[in-house]
Amino acid sequence: MVSNGALLNVQNLTTYFFTDEGVVKAVDDVSFSLSKGEALGILGESGCGKSVTALSIMRLIQPPGKIIKGKVFFNGDDLISKSEEEMRNIRGNKISMIFQDPMTSLNPVFTIGDQIIEAITLHQGLDKKDARKKAIEMLELVRIPEADKRINDYPHQFSGGMRQRVMIAMALSCNPSILIADEPTTALDVTIQAQILELIKQLRKELQMSLILITHDMGIVAESCENVLVMYAGKVVEYSDIMTIFKHPAHPYTIGLLESVPRLDVRRERLNAIEGQPPDLVALPNYCYYFDRCPYKTKECSEQIPELIEIENGHLVRCIHAKKIRR
Amino acid sequence: MNNYSNEILLEVKNLKKYFPIKRGIIFSKHVGDVKAVDDISFNIRKGETVGLVGESGCGKSTVARVIIRLLEPTDGSIIFEGRDITKISQEELRKLRRDMQIIFQDPYSALNPRMTVSEIIGEPLEVHHIVNNSKEKEKRVQELLELVGLASYHANRYPHEFSGGQRQRIGIARALALNPKFIVADEPTSALDVSVRAQIINLMQDLQKEFGLTYLFISHDLSVIRHICDRILVMYLGKLVEIANNEEIYNSPLHPYTQALLSAVPIPDPEVAQKRKKVILTGDVPSPVNPPSGCRFHPRCSYAMDICSKVEPKLKEVHKGHFTACHLY
Repeated sequence: MVSNGALLNVQNLTTYFFTDEGVVKAVDDVSFSLSKGEALGILGESGCGKSVTALSIMRLIQPPGKIIKGKVFFNGDDLISKSEEEMRNIRGNKISMIFQDPMTSLNPVFTIGDQIIEAITLHQGLDKKDARKKAIEMLELVRIPEADKRINDYPHQFSGGMRQRVMIAMALSCNPSILIADEPTTALDVTIQAQILELIKQLRKELQMSLILITHDMGIVAESCENVLVMYAGKVVEYSDIMTIFKHPAHPYTIGLLESVPRLDVRRERLNAIEGQPPDLVALPNYCYYFDRCPYKTKECSEQIPELIEIENGHLVRCIHAKKIRR
Repeated sequence: MNNYSNEILLEVKNLKKYFPIKRGIIFSKHVGDVKAVDDISFNIRKGETVGLVGESGCGKSTVARVIIRLLEPTDGSIIFEGRDITKISQEELRKLRRDMQIIFQDPYSALNPRMTVSEIIGEPLEVHHIVNNSKEKEKRVQELLELVGLASYHANRYPHEFSGGQRQRIGIARALALNPKFIVADEPTSALDVSVRAQIINLMQDLQKEFGLTYLFISHDLSVIRHICDRILVMYLGKLVEIANNEEIYNSPLHPYTQALLSAVPIPDPEVAQKRKKVILTGDVPSPVNPPSGCRFHPRCSYAMDICSKVEPKLKEVHKGHFTACHLY
């Protein structure tokens, strides 16, 4: 997973939140790499640390959260050791991020034009007139009809899907090499979700950009990504290309997820639900975090926290029985 | 599945629900209506699970609330067990609530944060005089908690002490407290995580088998609807556009909207995903205040003909039991 030619290389990233209830180990020793043009999915349920991973890469962690250790190499430079000033030059310029709720990410009292132009003048040093031209181009790129008129509209005049398009236009206005999309379609209807995913796919090709797509929806990963990182309770539990993950999953959690989702193309009599709930991140056990819910557990599983092991080329699994239970 | 009889439990006829739009504060003027539900008819058989699917703003939750009369219908009738419940008195309505219950989407806001689980589940028992004393109530609450997979020691806790999935179980226990015949489930699994969603779906299916419940299951998630429902109603902008049994809807959808909706659902299998041809709709759902003329779907439809913008298509039976409202058929 760690390769030298990677565009982004995350090593042992660890982010904790120091709350009154205790230390929340939101992201615990996460490593992965992303190459140029690659689309990586980060899959997991709420609280598994997928968003915090993204925010840590962007250095957007606020107190009581703190990046405890780890390195994030972007084009060979470690982002974790960069100053706030240097980070500001990278955020929105080299690495951009879009969020789940496009309404709260846009400022309601400025027109969308003002907001896109601000990003462009800030990062590219264009004057206002050129920046405006560029902003209209960006809105056209994300297929907003009558972009030259809509640029003067306020966020509330756009629908949810259109707002997400505006966010994408803003994120891509400085030609970033990486786009991080954190549940970009969760707040949208299925038909609009399909539009946005298709748009991201096309733009990725046109602009040769890498993508980190954070989602809880396995269908979205299967359709939009090349590789997947499955997270559970702050740790990476499985990593591989999508064909391997979906055809030959080897971590009990991934297998459980795949069997528990109702599917459109196959109708099953009963869903194979994962029992129980994810562990409390404040009081994690000193053995496998999935132990309590795992149907394959043995005594050894309660004695250690398993390491991430490579069971076949490029297929990493955090389970001591991975080879046995691989599908 | 298919355990339902031919006896009709609920019949909805020409149901309309308009929300008036008013302007002005002192001399308020009626300037228009949001036609949330506009003339829909369907029926539900005893023991059946009927799915109502559509995108946000199509009126599906309004249908749910009108059917159990949390909202008053503007027009039309709702016949439950042979009786038109739109015309009954408040007292009769209160009694009717024993037979029909609702489970809400958001388990965080559907439970009163100041009440313990025992009080939440016990309240309907007291209101309807099912129990005579607190001992009987405690006993019934324990039974219900066990039924939905919670433990008896949970009874004295408050909602904030539970996870989303557990809260939804409490909501289900409350709905079951009065032994209802009919349950409207309004997006019961949408707010839940994937692994917990399956638990709740299984629970609802088990309870249906055990108590012979009839469900109206409302969701925007076609995969869930596909899994749980016998028959499916597809709604678009206040109108039903297609009605058919589960297999028919998924294998041979007729209405272009149903086809687009199905093809928009991502499938968790990269092999299938790569082979599928996607129909991607352009544009957004129009406003229900000023719906398009003729067929409400025509501005987004790739098969739209001249007639579509002029004449509103009526729901007609194309095959036995398979209805659609489209000029193509």
